[in-house]
Amino acid sequence: MAVVQTRNLTKVFKQGEQGAVNNVNLEGREGEFLVFLGPSGSGKTTLLRMIAGLETPTDGEILIGGRVVNDLSPRERRIAMVFQSYALYPHLTVYKNIVFPLKAQKVPRNTHKEKVEWAASLLGINHLLQRKPRELSGGERQRVALARAIVREPSVFLLDEPLSNLDAKLRASAREELERFHRRIGTTTIYVTHDQVEAMAMGDRVVVLHKGYVRQIGTPTEVYDDPADTFVATFLGSPPMNLIEDTDVIVGFRPEHFRVSEAITDTHKVPLKFHVENIEYLGADWILSGILMGGRFDGKKAVSRLLFGHEFEIGKTYDFAVPERRLKFFDRSTEKKVEARALAWQ
Amino acid sequence: MAVNPAQSSDIVAETNGSAAAAAPPSKPKWTKVKSASAAQSPWLGAAMFAPAVLYLAAIIGGPFVLAVMYAFSDVRIGSTSMHYVGLENFRSIIQSPTFRTSIENSFIFTFVSQVIVLVGSTILAFALEKKFRGRGFFRFLILLPWVAPISLGAIGWKWILDSLYSVINWVLVAIHLYKPYSAPMWLGEPHLAMASVILVQSWRLLPFSTVILLAGLTAIPKEIPEAAAIDGAGFWRTLFQVNIPMMLPIINVAVLFGIIFTFTDMTVVYILTAGGPFDSTQVLPSYAYFTGILGSDLAAGAAVSLFLVPVLVAIAYFMLRVAHRAEVV
Repeated sequence: MAVVQTRNLTKVFKQGEQGAVNNVNLEGREGEFLVFLGPSGSGKTTLLRMIAGLETPTDGEILIGGRVVNDLSPRERRIAMVFQSYALYPHLTVYKNIVFPLKAQKVPRNTHKEKVEWAASLLGINHLLQRKPRELSGGERQRVALARAIVREPSVFLLDEPLSNLDAKLRASAREELERFHRRIGTTTIYVTHDQVEAMAMGDRVVVLHKGYVRQIGTPTEVYDDPADTFVATFLGSPPMNLIEDTDVIVGFRPEHFRVSEAITDTHKVPLKFHVENIEYLGADWILSGILMGGRFDGKKAVSRLLFGHEFEIGKTYDFAVPERRLKFFDRSTEKKVEARALAWQ
Repeated sequence: MAVNPAQSSDIVAETNGSAAAAAPPSKPKWTKVKSASAAQSPWLGAAMFAPAVLYLAAIIGGPFVLAVMYAFSDVRIGSTSMHYVGLENFRSIIQSPTFRTSIENSFIFTFVSQVIVLVGSTILAFALEKKFRGRGFFRFLILLPWVAPISLGAIGWKWILDSLYSVINWVLVAIHLYKPYSAPMWLGEPHLAMASVILVQSWRLLPFSTVILLAGLTAIPKEIPEAAAIDGAGFWRTLFQVNIPMMLPIINVAVLFGIIFTFTDMTVVYILTAGGPFDSTQVLPSYAYFTGILGSDLAAGAAVSLFLVPVLVAIAYFMLRVAHRAEVV
């Protein structure tokens, strides 16, 4: 196993245009599950492809296991990758798909069968070995792709949105399966996704990317509870963090922390009058959106997420509040996190 | 093919009809009634289908029937009588050494040129698929021999290979590989003549095959060769175990078309060598033409051309199978 590092890694596709990946410095850890999270066009896949060796960096270095691998071909990097489309070889059976990397890397022939069976049983696809990829369901294809990736016991595992082609129901179970799988084999894994739920659920650490820049690296708790800037604050969480502009700062608070005043036991809380304009019932919770009335934030929009919302009515105004320790502050010009400060609320 | 749409539109028409009946009377009924009657009419389908049938009957069916009739008769150009002679024509042409040479040459001509075209077009397709400056221009250049009229191309080659004016020989002499007047007679020596017609035919078919293979190659998702690269496959393994197997169906199409274009074609042979020297480049189509049209023996010519049929039937069978498999996948 090995860790992945990048130093000032940059990729510019067209000279003079903005880079797809800009000055990325990463320091992977042994055996960790690292997630690259970002919207489309954030450079997460380009970053992964550079680590894989499918894309040449414009600048900077990539290290795997402490060794600069910029000039090594994908095969020399001892990495495995699962593609978004799975990229199975359509003309080969499942067995031949899985054995392909062993043959290509000249692993002794007499061990092939045993290794393929080991990988297949790890993913529960032994009964599919003689089928062709087109005879498999989406979930089965994904498992074959995973089996093909682990069969040669790579030092690093790269996964490019492997769940995005599955339907919602299958996605949840496949996600859980992937987590267990990682716990079992313990290989250093880099996982690319645009889905914050996947990132939060699976990642040991999350790298949030936007327009080719790293916005924040941290555990799921850190990036959710303590976002480094307004982009991270709004990209994670659904509905996103409420952001309210005020003189030179932006004040942020999560919808689930914006609740009826009486229900908040904190002694330091910021009272806000909330005029409800819309109510959505989502089964497990309620989403209330409306505007703040009176005081410092008069007329600003806000959203609240509640577990119980039966008693509220559209068009009425209620006494809501946010615990003071839950307030986040961002600089209005740089949109970066700043120290909490005391404001006169009324 | 013609039946299915008619059937399905029948069903549509029926449901339309019942819907119209159930609908309130205020709705304009006539549009539905009209479309239903148009779809039900058997004449429309037949009328749409007729041009294709007529075309096939007039251009292919008629001549084919005539060829079979002629082959069993004693018809000659200029004579008005025609008698049934049984297998007499076949017996006489099988005994002719020229005929046996033609059959042999036809197979050599087709096989060797197809091997050259297949290898060449695979290399070209892979080269032209890569991005490089001027790729569009190169693709255009490669396509030119296919777009230019074949007779013009062949006449150009006739000059290039001419015994007196050959530029190839001029170059060979200029770089002192050959002495003047002893340079090779490209179209005058049996083996060289065969090689020449094969090369010109390959030159002619190369663009067509390249375009087909290029289409097949671009249809391979980019991730699959990338996955092979990550799995550790080098250039040759990716080529022979991933790219070419994935292109096989389309390669089949290119080869089958190439065989048809070569096996039934006589333009290159006719213009470059007229079958000579000493019948060394005589192929079945040219022999049929020389016997039947130029030699006035229509019956024998027809009999010769009928020998093309078994090969073409076999190819047609394989083509239909490939097409069918492509449909299933």
